Amino acid sequence: MNVSVASSPHFSNMKQGTRQMMVDVILALIPTIAVSVWIFGWYSILHIGICVLTCSLTELVWKKLAGMPASVSDASGPLTGVILALSLPWSAPIYVSVLGSIFAIAIGKMIFGGLGMNLFNPAMVGRAFVMLSFAGALGASAYVYDGAPADALTQATPLTVARDVATAQEFPGLWPLLIGKTNGSLGETSSLAILLGGIFLCVRRTAAWQIPTGVVLGAVIPAAFFELLGFTAITAFDHLFAGSLLFGAFFIATDPVSSPITPKGKWIFGVGIGILIMILRTFSSYPEGVMFAVLLMNSVVPLLNRWTIPTPVGGSFPEKPNA
Amino acid sequence: MQLKNLPRFTFKKGIHPPECKSFSEHQAIEVLPTPDIVRIPLLQHIGAPSKVSIKPRAEVAVGDKIADSGGFISAPVHASVSGKTAREGVITLPNGRRVTTVPIKASEEQPLEGDTLKEAFLGGDWSINLDEIDPTSLSTACSEAGIVGMGGAAFPTHVKLMRNEERPVTDLLINGCECEPFLTADHRLMLESPASILAGAKLAAHATGAENITICIEENKMDAVQALADAIGDENIQIKVMLSKYPQGGEKSLVMAALGKAVPTGGLPLDVGVVVMNVGTASSLARMVLRQMPLTHRIVTVTGAGIENPKNLIVPIGTPFQTVIDYCGGIKDNVSRIIAGGPMMGFSVTDLEIPVTKGTSGITVLTHDDIKQANTTACVRCGMCVDTCPLDLVPTKLALAARHKSIDTLKQYSVDACMECGCCAYQCPANIPLVQLIRTGKILKKMSNN
Repeated sequence: MNVSVASSPHFSNMKQGTRQMMVDVILALIPTIAVSVWIFGWYSILHIGICVLTCSLTELVWKKLAGMPASVSDASGPLTGVILALSLPWSAPIYVSVLGSIFAIAIGKMIFGGLGMNLFNPAMVGRAFVMLSFAGALGASAYVYDGAPADALTQATPLTVARDVATAQEFPGLWPLLIGKTNGSLGETSSLAILLGGIFLCVRRTAAWQIPTGVVLGAVIPAAFFELLGFTAITAFDHLFAGSLLFGAFFIATDPVSSPITPKGKWIFGVGIGILIMILRTFSSYPEGVMFAVLLMNSVVPLLNRWTIPTPVGGSFPEKPNA
Repeated sequence: MQLKNLPRFTFKKGIHPPECKSFSEHQAIEVLPTPDIVRIPLLQHIGAPSKVSIKPRAEVAVGDKIADSGGFISAPVHASVSGKTAREGVITLPNGRRVTTVPIKASEEQPLEGDTLKEAFLGGDWSINLDEIDPTSLSTACSEAGIVGMGGAAFPTHVKLMRNEERPVTDLLINGCECEPFLTADHRLMLESPASILAGAKLAAHATGAENITICIEENKMDAVQALADAIGDENIQIKVMLSKYPQGGEKSLVMAALGKAVPTGGLPLDVGVVVMNVGTASSLARMVLRQMPLTHRIVTVTGAGIENPKNLIVPIGTPFQTVIDYCGGIKDNVSRIIAGGPMMGFSVTDLEIPVTKGTSGITVLTHDDIKQANTTACVRCGMCVDTCPLDLVPTKLALAARHKSIDTLKQYSVDACMECGCCAYQCPANIPLVQLIRTGKILKKMSNN
């Protein structure tokens, strides 16, 4: 008889696994990737391929050098690659994808100690690096290409259009925003595809539903005020479906590692991102604010965790005096 | 009564592990043939060990007291077979405690075995006349009969039954949830002897002065609900159907689910005027009063994919696991873990000489297919442990604090509030041994106080 001994519980949920969580997210991104390929064609596949490959290689090399078991089998490295690729403009030069991926994994994740240790969302760290370093190649003009074969690529992105009252009437209607027939980063154009995958993630409990709900509420309410006050040319509804707000809410902010652990913390985190997105969109020089909003809120996650320690059912444990 | 339309009660959070009750839920309770030898441990309950009260090599009859209570929170121990005692031994119980045992070699003549035992244990008439019973005598009698909680924790029952004018009891909850996967001992008892449970419930209410008796049963045992409803008839005893969710049968979860009251952290249900009693304990109480039987036997579920013939057995306290398992056809080749209790809160054992105690609700034999084979990965801070913890703790923080020996963090996150139900570790995608680490944390905190 060969039996093992362990501390209870002896039962575990067989369907749960760190890798399964990452695979869930990649599955949830399939509709978004499909739309991306439909709109942007080979550019989409090219960038996803390069980013996934570079992210995986960077992680493998780092682990090898650091003497850790060299493997990307938890799928978190490749996932960072997919998200980073989907947040880039279609015209991004290849060296941008490569450098962004290396930076995302090396500085965004591995330097903190690898999976589970990083403070910031690795994909957003990588994107922030390339956006600031290669501003010229990735600015608003990078999205527009007059001679492009697809219609969408000849237009400015919806949020760029919306910034100027003079061009605001060119803002696309709801239908193009839903199905994704507009310009934008590779993965942000179709709200419908994002919602499809995002709701799947929330139902699977891979993503905490409080975060996307918080982001949406946190963005829509100030957007409505800004609209009333005349700070923005488009409606709160347009803000919700344009740009990467939904992509950020469902796929970037919900990264478990860089978001709070308590339900209350998740609410504050989500609402904070939503509000910051609207402030950045309205008052900064960027048409879009998801990346900076997520990174800013990432930085307060340890504080949020500490502020929102739940009280145990039945109250805190009474500490005996003089014990 | 229209059972289907009864409302369902539950608590917040928790998990839905596979129930795995089908192995033994349709196996009628059988009596284990008297074993050749029993080794009766002197510490089977929470509290102080019992003290031996007989000489070695003494002739004892089943039901004779062999050890006295060792304090207020303690219980005496009785011979579970008739025979001759041998020299005291020492054994390691599943929970890791080394305790003294009194071995008894069974004699040829057994007054209480087979069908006689089954009839005395489950059958017959269980009607009682409460007017003839002094409520204050019940706690003392309970203490003499060595009755402790049969749900697993084995808390001495006489402590619960003591009338305390400062803390009056309003509600008595009879716990028939049996939320542990695999175990069916309580389920079978409710089906085969509902009247004994009701008699015990009435006695407990009589002793404590509780006005309301509520029997709580999970909805995966509607046949037991029906059996008890039939037995209750028009008496003033309520049945509440609980959602099948783990840990519904935990005292704190049950009080919250049935009455909407939170048991204070570090306190007892008594602090909110509630006494919770397992159905097995209630039945023992009735047996003590109506059959003059001290606690000498208990129902044990022998189950799991690794056992040849799963059964529910009436077993003398002190019977070695090996004897019980052999009677059930033995263990299959693909066995991976043998557990005293159920898979969520039970203890894994390797030595099958260890005896069945008052708190052994089951012997669960798991196979390789039942145990998740996966490496522990880093915590991705997904918060699933927080989302399942029925007590609203932050298990991963506690585990991390235990790893880093950070006593302040352990205190800040109320490590002592944890009841070790195992929901967090069950759900953790990173396969982190959260409960084990939290236990370590509790010990670290305790050591730092000295």
